[in-house]
Parts: sequence; structure tokens; C-alpha cells
Amino acid sequence: MHWLAKPATERNTQVFIGVLTAALVAVCLLNLLLPAGHPLHVSTYTVTLLGKYLCYALLAVAVDLVWGYLGILSLGHGAFFALGGYAMGMYLMRQIGDRGVYGDPVLPDFMVFLNWESLPWYWHGFDMAWFAFLMVLLAPGLLALVFGFLAFRSRVTGVYLSIITQALTFALMLAFFRNEMGFGGNNGLTDFKELLTFDLSADSTRLGLFVASGIALGLGYWLCRAIVSSKLGRVCVASRDAEARTRFLGYRVERVQLFVFVVSAMLAGIAGALYVPQVGIINPSVFSPLFSIEIVVWVALGGRATLYGAVIGAILVNYAKTVFTGVMPDAWLFALGGLFVVATVMLPQGLAGLFAKRKRSTPAASAKGAKEATA
Amino acid sequence: MSILQSLANRDRVFEFLVPDESPVDVRHGPILYLEDVSVSFDGFKAIDDLNLTIDDGELRCIIGPNGAGKTTMMDIITGKTKPDRGQVWFGSRHNLLTMNEPEIATLGIGRKFQKPTVFEALSVFENLELAMSADKRVMPTLVARLSGEARDRIDEVLAMTGLQAERDRAAGILSHGQKQWLEIGMLLMQRPRLLLVDEPVAGMTEQEMERTGELLTSLAGKQSVVVVEHDMGFVRSIARKVTVLHQGSVLAEGSMDQVSSDPRVVEVYLGEGI
Amino acid sequence: MNLLRTIQVSLLFWCCVALTFPVLAQQIDAADQDAPPELVALASDSYAAKGEAIQALIASGHSRTRTWLTALLDGKLQRLEDSGRFVIVTDNSGRDWTVIDAVDDAPLGEVSRRNIDRITINNALRNQLRSAMAVLDLDAPTVQERLASADRLLGKVDANLAEPLTARLDAEESPAVREKLAQALAIYRLQSGDSAAVNAAIDTLSGSLNPAVRAALNGVAAGEGEAAEAAQRALASIEQKLKLNRAAQTLYFGLSLGSVLVLAAIGLAITFGVMGVINMAHGELIMLGAYTTWMMQQLLPGQPGLALILSIPAGFLVAAIAGIIIERSVIRFLKGRPLETLLATFGVSLILQQLVRTLISPLNRTVVTPEWMSGSLVINEALSLTLNRLYVLGFALVVFAGLMLVMRKTRLGLEVRAVTQNRAMARAMGIRATRVDIMTFALGSGVAGLAGVALSQLTNVGPNLGQSYIIDSFMVVVFGGVGNLWGTLVAGMSLGVINQVLEPWAGAILAKIIVLVFIILFIQKRPRGLFPQKGRAAEG
Repeated sequence: MHWLAKPATERNTQVFIGVLTAALVAVCLLNLLLPAGHPLHVSTYTVTLLGKYLCYALLAVAVDLVWGYLGILSLGHGAFFALGGYAMGMYLMRQIGDRGVYGDPVLPDFMVFLNWESLPWYWHGFDMAWFAFLMVLLAPGLLALVFGFLAFRSRVTGVYLSIITQALTFALMLAFFRNEMGFGGNNGLTDFKELLTFDLSADSTRLGLFVASGIALGLGYWLCRAIVSSKLGRVCVASRDAEARTRFLGYRVERVQLFVFVVSAMLAGIAGALYVPQVGIINPSVFSPLFSIEIVVWVALGGRATLYGAVIGAILVNYAKTVFTGVMPDAWLFALGGLFVVATVMLPQGLAGLFAKRKRSTPAASAKGAKEATA
Repeated sequence: MSILQSLANRDRVFEFLVPDESPVDVRHGPILYLEDVSVSFDGFKAIDDLNLTIDDGELRCIIGPNGAGKTTMMDIITGKTKPDRGQVWFGSRHNLLTMNEPEIATLGIGRKFQKPTVFEALSVFENLELAMSADKRVMPTLVARLSGEARDRIDEVLAMTGLQAERDRAAGILSHGQKQWLEIGMLLMQRPRLLLVDEPVAGMTEQEMERTGELLTSLAGKQSVVVVEHDMGFVRSIARKVTVLHQGSVLAEGSMDQVSSDPRVVEVYLGEGI
Repeated sequence: MNLLRTIQVSLLFWCCVALTFPVLAQQIDAADQDAPPELVALASDSYAAKGEAIQALIASGHSRTRTWLTALLDGKLQRLEDSGRFVIVTDNSGRDWTVIDAVDDAPLGEVSRRNIDRITINNALRNQLRSAMAVLDLDAPTVQERLASADRLLGKVDANLAEPLTARLDAEESPAVREKLAQALAIYRLQSGDSAAVNAAIDTLSGSLNPAVRAALNGVAAGEGEAAEAAQRALASIEQKLKLNRAAQTLYFGLSLGSVLVLAAIGLAITFGVMGVINMAHGELIMLGAYTTWMMQQLLPGQPGLALILSIPAGFLVAAIAGIIIERSVIRFLKGRPLETLLATFGVSLILQQLVRTLISPLNRTVVTPEWMSGSLVINEALSLTLNRLYVLGFALVVFAGLMLVMRKTRLGLEVRAVTQNRAMARAMGIRATRVDIMTFALGSGVAGLAGVALSQLTNVGPNLGQSYIIDSFMVVVFGGVGNLWGTLVAGMSLGVINQVLEPWAGAILAKIIVLVFIILFIQKRPRGLFPQKGRAAEG
């Protein structure tokens, strides 16, 4: 069977895609068909909020792919998410055209404000959607490629890699805070008007973005599942548990790691690109180490090496964040901090581990997957 | 010094003259050749001027007390540790010091670790599947499909190692002896030209030990086998030629009877009843 | 009767008052002030005459000369319009000014400001006054005061001053003051036009780091001829010296930043390097140390120095206890799972931060720097070392040496090293590994507390204090090589210096980015840092 088709035969993918599709359809129907006052009506505000959660979920799936299956704890995945977001943000900035505050047909407002004469070279091309969307993949992909190439070649793994990835996103955050970088500095990119000629403030566009996020999540999940179900996925698990042994079998572990890392970074980039038009802003705070480490806790809470656990964790934690920061903002950091401790000390398998308790543990589950694969 | 050394490397030819992916060339002698290899960790000489030659198809046992440098020697051959000086050749064409672990493994050197190392999260079947000789680059691995032939071969090795019943169980829940067998099975799947086996019978029953001995001797001839073992009885039962390592270099070499009557070996092994 | 008498008395009283008043006024007029002629000459109309009067006043050696000249410079030496009496204004707020007699300091009460004439001076006179006073100050009893006044004379010497100064130079005993005076005179002689004198002056001036000297030499160097060349040579040698001093300054700032990094990282080097525990809450333990200092100063108001010294043990204890709590409640459940430890301790760090925000304040607190730690140590005119940084640098070295001693010479250090190298074996030898873990973690955390105490003297104390140091600290430990205290010292100091060297060239933020990228690349080249642990034990 083709490796991409394999997830279709697996129960957890079937369930996941089923639930996701049902949720997407239900939200659309409840938003479109019911009148605004109806108790079951889903407002456009909620739709956008859910769309944001779906982007986070895709980001969490990307992190789970490298952490859960490859054993690489990246504390810098927020950087890839942010790069995808900035690529999209640059496209949206160029789409504003002369509708900005200063009315310059080419230069974004912040450049006019900084008295820049012309567009920096790296802003060229972002007026074309195809180029910008390509960059959504290439910018994070290239960074992951270069960084991963250097790191994995030198066998920087484990805690070292985590710390270095954290330093990477920290360095990028400092860089993007600088006005001279040409990405809007502190304020980032905002005041977007339209995406592919669709008005970003229109309800229909927001619903469309929500559905797009859902589809991206579904496809991303499918791709990750296909990778982990392939022989390559088993090599990943093998290198996670016994890296030296895997090398002695003839596998170039560093290349496997690099491949999966780059795929994961690109998925994170897509998540970022879908996130930006929905929240309407991208700024350097997305590069902050805190955000990146938060993503990891979504995955840890949901359950590593399951993919669906990452989705559950991302949605639950972010829902909790929305509720907490609305009701008692001071308590949120306590709750988040507590979550870190609880998820690691008391729930090493995450929530998914609780669900799957009556089944056998993860090794057996993947053994079962292999049996299906060979059948 | 290094210039002299490079001048002395007269057997080297220009890189472009060496054909790519050439099979191991054993026409001109041994399959494995270590010359004047030394390595030290923080001043401690783990390997000191080690010279060792393994002939094609040979079964060689290497014994030596703890700290003699047996595992470090294996690390050097498989590319895990780079020596401070010396040469390591696989056949007469492949300089192992210029290669990394996967390259060396692909070339046909398989290794079984002292501590049984299997992929505990994967099933026995998957362990063997990963070990199987195949195109191990990233993309081919991603799209790899298991052919009927390959499955037959895995089943064959499962039978040889007596692990049929454990086929779909996670390797992590196997007994110590079963893990040893699984690792030997993985070695067999690799079809190496040279097997490096570190303490294969630790934790095995008398009966299992016997079967391991049979397996290893049956492999010799087609493949070269280097066995590092503590169990003298086992060594005596399989050995044709024995090398005694002591403090990182070869102390004695010859048949089991020869080395066990060597007074220096007796001194090193005093009280160990060789 | 009684009433009549009262009226009589009060009448008499009022008559007396009425009589006395004009008499009193008369007296001010009549009492001729015993002003010396030089003082009177100061009030002449022409500025040239005033200038001469100043010279004459100085030559007279009158005991109040200094007071008059200061008052004149400040515009407070004035003259009463009606009587011509010289007064000094002591309070010029409001419509009526308080004045005292310029000659004998007798208080004269308040006088309407319209009745006082100011003795005006112009800029030339102002300069003349300053130099004149500097010359006067050269008679001050202490070397320090004399040195300061000689310094004020640099570039201010004119023809009038040259002579008395030369005399003064011969009389001066202190070599430092002599050198200064010689330079002041040399600057004057640069303009003399006599080539021998100019060359001698350039000789005297070469090597001085004073900006006034450089300005004077620049003036000569801009011209042509032999003197200009000599001046250029002198300037070049000065520039060379300045460069050295600037390098020393950069090195000092670098070492200072480095000492902060070492302090912040060294506790981490123990918990991470020795125990393999990634403590992301390390930064917050530093923060606790800093807040302990603040707390101590609140408890001992008015005694910032004592509070600071007491904070050293207190900060250590507070952080160590917090560390023990973290170890017992979180880390021990995650033994052998470094990545999970990292996440859990990060959670702890969030909780600690929020705790401080809630309990104390989300705003920064100010920790007072005690007097003996403020100010700076002046090495020469181009190089001065701020004292607080010097103390922190010394403190870092002391802490490092102390830790080294603990690790090398004590039973705890021995046990820690044993557990690090082979946990199972150490246990078998009867070492209680759990106890060692707790002690090690307490030690590492306590040192973080010490770092906090030191940091409170350099930066703001706030809830985010720890966060800003955690990544840097990890970088230092990883760069230096895990499990190697010397590595941490070398790494911290060199990163500090690299940062400071880059800063003027790249700016603070870019310098930081460059350093981060440098470490990221360095780790690729040498994954185990500057001083790696070797051998089989390090493989893992």
C-alpha cells in the first residue's frame, strides 16, 4: 500500500478525521443557519477563536511529530510558526496598498513612519500570493534545514538541543524587535485589509479561514500519521530509543532527524500563516521562549507520540487560557505553571494515556499498527 | 609526524580512482586490519598500539580482563570512536577511519552490543524489519513496502532465533535471553561481511548458549565473526583462534591451548581458571 | 488713675520708638565700612579696571579675598545704593534680599533689591576669576584640593597667571600637583611662539590623557612646521595610551558582565552539570535572592550596607530552601527524565514569578546601594572603575573559589563527585544518594540566591529578573562544558568580554544576538563545550 494511503486503514485516523469533519460542519451550520439570538448559535467571534485553536492544534501536531516520535524536544517551534506567520503577514501588508494611514502605494505604514525610502529587498515578491504562500513553507523550512543540518550532524541531541532551540527563538525574537530588521519591530505587522481579495473583516472570510484551518489540521495530521506509520516512522522511534543502535544498522539518523524536523517546521509555518489573518496581527512576542515552551506543554498534557493527544491538549489548554484570562487573569500563570508540573509528574502519558489505559501502552499500539501495515 | 604518516600511506590512491560503493576487497589478504591503533581518554590509554588482523571467513574470539579495551576496540571499528592514531582498514580498499557509523554498517559490519540493545517500543518483527539490509536512505525508507520475500526472510530469522511466538510483541517485554537472540537476529538480517559480537551469551541458559555457539560457528566461513566473551567455557567450545587483550594491546594470540599455557596470560588471568 | 498711667507709659514708648528709628538709619549711613581700596576698585565702571583690581586683590593677600571673589563670580557681591557699602547677598528670593556685610559678615537684615547695585562682570572677567581662584586654591592645605585646583587650571593659564604659577610650581611639594601645574603651564607655553619653549611644552604634555591637553595639542598639530609635527607625535602617543585605556575599560565592563554571568550560571553548573537536572526555575531562585536583599533593606531602614551584608547568608538560605522544596516536590519524581524535568521546573518558574507579582508587586523594586559601594575607583583621567561592579566581580570570584573548595575539599564535594560518576556504585559504597541530591540542589540553588543578592546591586529587582538570565546562564554552562566549574568561569568571563567588545560596534541587542548565534554554532562544532568530559562515562 502507498505510504500516504496507509493512515486510511488506521482506526485512530478514521476517528480523528471523522470527528474533525463533523465539528467543522457543525460549526458552519450553527453559524450560518441559526439566527444570532439563538442559544446554539455560534458567533463569528467564536468561529475565529476556534480557528485560532485549530492553528494551535496543527502547531502542536508538528511539535509532537518531532518530540513524540523523534525524541527531539524543540523549545523553538514558535519560531517556525512565527516565520510562517510573518510570511503571511508580509503578503497581507502588501495587500493593504494605498489604504494605509499614510497612503503610500508600496511602503507599509511602519516603513513610511521610519522614513524608509524604498522597500527592502526581502519584501519584494510578497505582493504575489503564490510567492508569499511558498515562503510560508520555505522560510521555516530553510531555517529548520540549516539549523537542523548543523545540529544533527554534530549529534547535538537531548537537553542540549532543547536549550539551543530556545536560544534560537530568543535570538530571533531580539532580532525581530529591532526596527532596522524591517518587520515592524515591536508592533509587528497589523491592520490587514484583505486576503486573496476577500475582506478579512467579513463574516464569510472568517468562516472560510476557520474551515481552511480545519482542513490544514486534517491534512497535517494525515501527513504526520503517514510518516509515523511508514518504515521511516519506525526508524524515528528506533532512533528516539536507541540512537547509536540505529546508526549501527546503517541508518543515517541525522538525515532522518533533519527530514522530519523540516517537515515539522513547515507544518508549523502553515499553522502560523493561517493564524495571522484570523487574529489580525503578528509581532515578535510569538518568538518568545515562553510561547514555544507552552506548545510543548499542550503536547505533554494531551499525550506524546499519539498526534491526537497534541490536538486535544492544544485545544483544552487554550480554551482554559481564554476562560482564565477573561475571568481572573492573575491566576492564569499559576494554572499554566501548575499544568507544567502536573502534566509531567502525574500524567507522563498525558490525557491520551488515561483514555488508552485499558488498551496496552504505546509500544503495543505501534506493534499493532505494524501488523496492519504488513497485512 | 603526521606528514611522515601520510607519506607512509603508500597504499592510498587518489580518491577519484577509487570506485564508488565497491564491494569489500579481500583478494589481498584480511577482511579487517588494525595497525598501531591508540586512543586515550583523559590521559588513560584505553587502546595502546593495537595490531589485529582478521581473515575473511574467520571466527575469532577476543578475551581479556575488564578494561583491556575490548569494547573500545569495537567502538573504533564501527566508527563510534575515532582513534588518536593508527589505521583501520576493511578489506584493502576501505579506510574505516574516514567513515561514520551508518556508512560502516552499510559496508557490511554488524555489531551486537554488550548490553542487549533492541528497540523496545517496536515489535520483534519491526526490529528485524529495520535491521534488514535494504536501501536505508530517508526517502526510500519513507516509501518502503515490505515484499513477500522480505517477510519470508524475517520469518526465517524468527525461526532461527526461536522468537516466532513473540513476533508481534513489543521487544521491551522480552526476557534478557530473548533480547540477546533478537539482537543476533537483527545482525543476521543485516547480512554483514563481518560480525562483531560483544558478550553474546551473557544471561543465557546452558542450552541457549550451545545454540548460540552452533549459530556462530555455522556463520563463520561465509562471514567473518569476532566474538568478545568472558565465558571461557563458551570461548573454548567455539574458538579456533583466540586473541588476548591486555591494557589496550595484544598480549597473546593463537589457539585456545596455546594462549592458556602462555605464562603472561596466566599471570593476567591469575585465579580466573583459564 | 491706673488707666491714665498706662496711657502715659505707652505714649512714652511710642515716642522713643519714633525717635530711635531715624537715628538707627543714620548710623548705617555714617558707619564707614573699612573696605580695602582693592575692593572699592572692583566697583569701578570699566571691566579693564575691574580686571586689574582682581589682580591687585590677589596680590594684596587680604584674608577675605577668596570670599569676595567667589561672591563676585556668583554675582552676589553687591553694593548698597545709598551708602556704597559692600555687601554679600545670602538670600535673593523675593523682593527683599538678605545681605551681610562683605567685610565683617555682620548681618544687615533685609534690603529691597531695588536699593542694591550688582557689581557686574563679563565672560573674560569670569574666566580670569576662575583661574585666579584656582591659583588661590593652590594654597589649600591638602594635596587633593591642590590637585583639583591645578586640574581646573589646565587650559586656563594666561599671561597674568603664568608668573605666579611658575613661582607656585617651584614651591609645590607634591609631585602629582607639580606635574599638573607643569602641564597647565605647558599648555600656556604652546602658544608662546618660541620654538624651544613649545617643544619643551610638547615634551611635558605627551602622555597626558587629559582632554584639555589633547585640545591644546590638537590646536598646535593643526598648524605647520616642526612644532606641529612634534604635537602630532605627542597626540599619536596619547591616542595609543587612550586606546589601551579604552581597551581596559571594555575589558572591565566585559569582566563585570562576565562575573554576573558566572554568578548566574555557576549554580546551574552544579545542578545541571553534577546532577543532570535542568532547572528552568534557576532564574527565579536568583530573583528570590534579589528580593531577599530588598526585604532586608525594608527590615533595616537606613542601614543599606548592613542589610546587604546580612542578605548574603539570608539570600543563600532563602534560595536554598526554595530549591529543596522544588527538589522534593517535583524533581525527584522525574529522575532520569531530563526533558520532563525541564518542563516541570519551567512550570515552577512561572508559579514563582506570579507569586512575586501577586504578593509583592508586578513593578520593579529599588534596592539601595550602600555608600561604600557607590562611586568609582579612578585609575587615571581616561579610566575609572565603578565600585559596585568591582565588588560584584570580586564577589563572583569569591563564590567561585568557595564552590571550588566545597567540591574539592569537603566530604559533600567528594560524595557529589562520586554520585555524579557512578550513582549505583556510590550507593553501594554507602553514600546516601538522595541526601547528596538534596544537598547538591540546595547548594546550587543557594548560589543562585547569592547571584540574586549581587544582581540587586546592578539591575532592577522585579518579577522578570530571573527570566532575563536563564537563557544566558544555560548558554554559559553549555559553552563551558557541562560538569566543569572552570569551564563555567572561563565561558562566563569570555562571553561577557565578547559581548562588550561587540557592543560599541554592533549595538547592545545585535551584540547579544551575535553571541547567541556564535554559541549555537560553537555547540555544533564542539557539542560538549570548551572543556568536555571525555571517555565512556560521557557517552550517554
